[in-house]
Amino acid sequence: MINIPSTFKISFRALRVNKMRSALTMLGIIIGVGAVIAMLAVGKGASQKIADQIASLGSNLLIILPGSTSAGGVRMGAGSQPTLTMGDTEAILREIPSVADIAPDHGGIAQVVYGNQNWATGIRGTTPNFLNVREWQLASGRAFTDQEVKSGAKVCLIGQTVVDNLFGNIDPIGQVVRLKKVPFTVIGVLAPKGQSLTGQDQDDIILVPITAAQRQLFGTPFPGMVRIIHVKAKSTEDLFDAERQINELLRQRHRIGPKQENDFTVRNLTERLKTQEESSKVMALLLGAIASVSLVVGGIGIMNIMLVSVTERTREIGIRMAVGAKTWDIRLQFIIEALTLSLIGGVIGIILGVGGSKILSAFAAWPTIISPFYVLLAFFFSGMVGIFFGFYPAYKASLLDPIDALRYE
Amino acid sequence: MPLIDIREITKVYQLGDVSVKALCSISLSIENGEFMAIMGPSGSGKSTFMNILGCLDKPTSGRYILEGTEIGTLGRDELAAIRNKKLGFVFQGFNLLPRTSALENVELPMLYYGVTAKERRDRAMAALKSVGLEGREHHFPNQLSGGQQQRVAIARALVNNAPIILADEPTGNLDTKTSEEIMELFTNLNAESNITVILITHEHDIAEYSKRIIKFRDGCVVSDEANVRGAKNYSVIGSEGQSNKGFDTLTL
Repeated sequence: MINIPSTFKISFRALRVNKMRSALTMLGIIIGVGAVIAMLAVGKGASQKIADQIASLGSNLLIILPGSTSAGGVRMGAGSQPTLTMGDTEAILREIPSVADIAPDHGGIAQVVYGNQNWATGIRGTTPNFLNVREWQLASGRAFTDQEVKSGAKVCLIGQTVVDNLFGNIDPIGQVVRLKKVPFTVIGVLAPKGQSLTGQDQDDIILVPITAAQRQLFGTPFPGMVRIIHVKAKSTEDLFDAERQINELLRQRHRIGPKQENDFTVRNLTERLKTQEESSKVMALLLGAIASVSLVVGGIGIMNIMLVSVTERTREIGIRMAVGAKTWDIRLQFIIEALTLSLIGGVIGIILGVGGSKILSAFAAWPTIISPFYVLLAFFFSGMVGIFFGFYPAYKASLLDPIDALRYE
Repeated sequence: MPLIDIREITKVYQLGDVSVKALCSISLSIENGEFMAIMGPSGSGKSTFMNILGCLDKPTSGRYILEGTEIGTLGRDELAAIRNKKLGFVFQGFNLLPRTSALENVELPMLYYGVTAKERRDRAMAALKSVGLEGREHHFPNQLSGGQQQRVAIARALVNNAPIILADEPTGNLDTKTSEEIMELFTNLNAESNITVILITHEHDIAEYSKRIIKFRDGCVVSDEANVRGAKNYSVIGSEGQSNKGFDTLTL
């Protein structure tokens, strides 16, 4: 029968006797646990930042761009060949089951005028589905309807940056702005999204019905042409299938022979971001693993001190054995002592790690996220380190010969 | 059945290639309630014998039967349990835990055998009271005199109601007056509580308190005799003729 509360009391007393030594021994664990927590917080902060960008992009997003033209050896780059149409857009949504939603996009850059203010911004002609595909909310007003798309109504939704630059404090809803001298009525304001992954201001935008863009603003070489198609797949797992099926469908629709190159490009942005997110997670774990090396070093420090302690207290061990302490009584006494050291060190390390992460966030502007799971994990590991490195000294103590131990000076 | 029955035990130490015979074949029995002194010069094997009696060491050969239990076949933890339940130790150097109060020192033997905290406290208080240390329960060993420290050690030996107290030169570090007080304490425990006291000493004055004196020399018992002065209730020992045959001069 082992008396755990008394054993903890004994170990606290033993640790109090050598305060300085106990504190220095704990320092290894404190640094180890603190470093693990801070590193994981930094790593998790980084991957969260990327996850946020994925969310702002719209999840499970594919983008289809027209192909490039080449004239006399000069290749014009992606999008120079007008190949995508409204028909393609409708066909993809109709025929590919893994596609959840789709939005065409035809636009360009134009000057917007309101009263005596003007501002150059990106104008996108699209359908109301665009908001769903890109997971964009409205801050106020309403989106345009399918009816307005069909009729080519001159209405628009404007981004926050445009609002700031044109309207100041005026409520833009119901106001009329001029796009390439064509008057458009503002019917809604888009919720701010912030910067994109590449640092572009996503809020510097005006959305208009695609028909209005095609007919009134940017014109098309042939009716129904679109510049970009945005596709939302049903799930992340569906992204690859969707990409492959879109390729097949468009090759077929564009009558591209087996040996010819595609006249369009499908870009899997979500996948690219996911890869980045994965690698930042791996980085976080790597940092954590490096930090945990110091935890192991701290554990070796504990083992060292416990060995010294066992030698110093040989006589005490002898007395305890003489009055009836069994093998595991002695063993547990020293294991619990090591455990106490490492757990106290662990708690202090957690406090320092959490505090350090907050300081990093505040001063270095690194996003850090403290996950309770990692805190528990670090605490658990510091305990395991104590037990693991305390075991050998405890084992040694328990094997002492009581006679020799009693005689030890 | 004797309390302690020792049959032809030997102890040989192996020091490199040389084997040193610490105990030659020793046989004796000790009855419940005896007060026995073991005497002998240093190196005579009396400490080795005491360690075997105290279940701290095992004989090389021979049998040791304590209250009907064969000690030789027991493992480490079983020996620890025997020491805890049946034996109380008193050492020359007191062997108290430093920085630990008298009370907690006395509680120590109960710590490992599932005695509740309250019972531990009550029994330790009672044991300290019985050795005359009431009011000093919370003193640390370094705040107590040598005699008081030895009383704490005796209280620790008594607290589990062990039938046997083994005292290894219990007065070796004490002045004459304190030694007398400690020996009177042992005498009282023996007479009133019928506790078997076995002590090692090399002082005749101390041995005189006992009722039976065994002398060791070169690992052998050279005499085993009743001590008439101390033997108020002395009963004849070794009556079964089993013990001490051959090398023992039993003079009654």
